[in-house]
Amino acid sequence: MLVTISFYLLAFVAIASAMMVVVSRNPVHSVMFLIVTFISAAGLFILMGAEFIALLLVMVYVGAVAVLFLFVVMMLDVDFVELKQGFLQYLPFGFVLALILLAEMIMVGAAYFSGESKKMVKFDSEKSNLERFGEVLYTEYAFFFEAAGLVLLVAMIGAIVLTLREREGVKKQDVSKQIARTPETAIEMVDLESGKGVGS
Amino acid sequence: MINPQLIAPEILLAVSASLLLGFGVSKTTNRAPIVRIIAIAILLIYSVLSYVLGSIDDTAFNGALVGDAFGRYVKFFIGIAAAFGLLLAGNYLEREKLDQYEFSVLTLYAVLGMSIMVSANNLLALYIGVEMQALALYVMAAFNRDSLRASEAGLKYFVLGALSSGLLLYGISLIYGFTGSLNFTEIGAAVKANGLTRGIVTGLVFLLCGLGFKISAAPFHMWTPDVYEGAPTPVTGFFAAAPKFAAMALITRLVMGPFGEITDQWQQVIIVFAVMSMFIGAIGALRQTNIKRLMAYSSIANMGYALVPLAAGTIAGVKGMLIFMTIYIITVIGVFACILQMRIRDGMVERISDLSGLAKTNRGLTIALTVFMLSLMGIPPLLGFFGKLYAFLPAVDANLIWLVVLALVASVIGAFYYLRIIKIMWFDEADLEFIEPVPALRWTSMIAAILLIAIVIIPVVAGTGQAWIGDAAESLTAFAANTP
Repeated sequence: MLVTISFYLLAFVAIASAMMVVVSRNPVHSVMFLIVTFISAAGLFILMGAEFIALLLVMVYVGAVAVLFLFVVMMLDVDFVELKQGFLQYLPFGFVLALILLAEMIMVGAAYFSGESKKMVKFDSEKSNLERFGEVLYTEYAFFFEAAGLVLLVAMIGAIVLTLREREGVKKQDVSKQIARTPETAIEMVDLESGKGVGS
Repeated sequence: MINPQLIAPEILLAVSASLLLGFGVSKTTNRAPIVRIIAIAILLIYSVLSYVLGSIDDTAFNGALVGDAFGRYVKFFIGIAAAFGLLLAGNYLEREKLDQYEFSVLTLYAVLGMSIMVSANNLLALYIGVEMQALALYVMAAFNRDSLRASEAGLKYFVLGALSSGLLLYGISLIYGFTGSLNFTEIGAAVKANGLTRGIVTGLVFLLCGLGFKISAAPFHMWTPDVYEGAPTPVTGFFAAAPKFAAMALITRLVMGPFGEITDQWQQVIIVFAVMSMFIGAIGALRQTNIKRLMAYSSIANMGYALVPLAAGTIAGVKGMLIFMTIYIITVIGVFACILQMRIRDGMVERISDLSGLAKTNRGLTIALTVFMLSLMGIPPLLGFFGKLYAFLPAVDANLIWLVVLALVASVIGAFYYLRIIKIMWFDEADLEFIEPVPALRWTSMIAAILLIAIVIIPVVAGTGQAWIGDAAESLTAFAANTP
C-alpha cells in the first residue's frame, strides 16, 4: 500500500516537474525543476530495488550535470525570452515526437505484458547492489579502478597545464620562508636616544 | 598473487610519474630540466626492466594484463622512442619558453598508457590504456597554449579522439554482449566454440575503426596533417613514433589473439585500411610545402605498409610488421632530430623550400636527411629496404600478391616527394643558414642515420635482431594456443 502510494506520488511529481521544465519561462526555474525530476526518478529506482542507480542518478545528474547546467544558464548571456518566441511553431513537430515516443512505450509495455521477454535476473536478496559492487570493485577490478584513477589524474594535470596562468605581482604566503625566518633577519635592534624618533 | 616481474615496468612508470609530479609542483625554482633528465632515465630503465628482471609469460590482475615476448619487445622500443622524444624536446621547449615540468610527467603517463595498451588482455584494459595515452597526448599537442595552431591541433585531436573512443566503446559493448566476456582469452574461446555471429563481426569492425584513428590509417587519417603541423615539433616527433607502435601492437594482439580463428573476417578491414592509407599517404604528400605535414602523410603511408604483412594473418606477418615498425621508428626519430635542427636566428622554420641548398651550408645534416629519405623510399642497402622486404614477403606467401603490387605502386608514387627533398637540398640555391644545433639533436640524427646504414653491414646484429623479433612474434600466438 505504502509502496503504491509512494510510486504514484513520485511518478506524478516526476511528470509534473518534467512538464514544468519545458513550460516555465525562467531558465533557472527550468533547471530547478529538472533537479526535482531527477530526484523523483531516483526515488522510483529505489522502489524498484536498484538503489545503486538511484544514488548514481542523484550524485552524477543532480550533483554534477544539473549544477553545470545552472552555471551555463546563469553565466551565458542568452536572451531566453527571445528564444521562446517561436515556441508555438515547434508545437506540431514536438507533437509528432511525442506520438513516436508514445507508440514506442506502448510497444515496450505490450511486449512486457505478453510475457515473452521476462528475463530479469534476480540475485539473492541478502546483499544490496552496493555491497555487490563493492565486493568486485576493489578485488577483481582493482587494477581497472586504479588505472581509471590515473586517467582522471592525467585529465586533471592537462586541465591545469592548459589553463593555469601564474600572475606576476600577486602577494602569496610562503610558509617555508616564514618558518625559515630567524630573529636575526626579522628583528633589528636599535638604540634609541631619548627625544629622537627611529626614522628621520 | 601477482608476479611482480610481470607488472614491474608499469608500476615503475606510475609511481615515478606521480613522484615527479609532486617533486615538480613543490617548486621554488624551475625544476623542468632536472625532471626531464630523471624522466629520460626512468624511460630507459623502463624499456630494459622486463629484460633485466627475467622473463615469464603469464597474466596479471585476473587476466587483465599479459606479459609475453611480444609485449616486452614493443615496450622496449616505446621506451626508447619516448626517451629520445624527451631528449629532443629539451632544447626546443627551452627556446620557445614552454619548459614546464608537466611535459615530462605527461610523457611518462602517455608511455604508461601505451604500456597498458601493449600488454592488454582485456577489453577494459585496452580502453583504459588507450584513453590514458590519448589524454596525455591531447594536452601535449596543445602544450603551446598561446599558439592558435597548437590549440587548434589539440582541439581537433581531442574531438576526433573522443569520436574514436565512442567507436571503440560501441565495439567493445557489442563484443561483450555477444561473447559474454571482456577477457581476450575467453573471447577467443567463445568465438571458437560458438562460431561467428553477426554481432561479433560488427563489434570487431567498430573496434578496428576506433583503433584505426590511433594509427591514423585512412579513412580515419583526417586529423593527422593538422595535428602534426600544429603541435610543437618535438611532440609531433613523439606522436609519429611511440603511440603508433603501441596502437599497431594492440591491433596485432587483438586480431591474432581472440580473433585469430576468423582471419577472413578482419582481413578485409585491414586490407582496406592498408590500401587506402598507402595511396592517400603517397598522393596527399605530393603537394605539401610544410615538412611536418609531409611527415604526417608519410606516416599515414607507412602505417599502410605496416598493415600489409598483418593482413596475411600469419606469424611471419607479425614478424614483418615488427621489423617494419622498428625501422620506421628509428627513421622517424632521426628525421625529427633533423627537422628540429631547422632553426634560423629568428626561430624555427618548417617549409620544405627552407631546406634548399642545404648541402652547401650544412653537409652533415644534408647527408643524414638524405639517408633517412632514401631509407623511407626503401632503397637498398639501407635498412628501410629490408623493412619493406620483410613487410611484403608474408603477404606474397599468403597469396595477396595484388596487395603487394599496390603497395609497390604506392611506394613509387611516394618516392617522388622523398626525392624532391633530396633534390632541393643538393641542387637548389642556398637560401637560409641554420644556426648551430645542440649536441643532442646532432648526435641523435647521426646515430639514427648510422644505424640505418650500418646494421645491414654487420650480419651478427641483424641475425640476433631477427631471432629476437621472431621470438616476439611467436609468443603472440603461442600464448593464445596454450590457453583453453
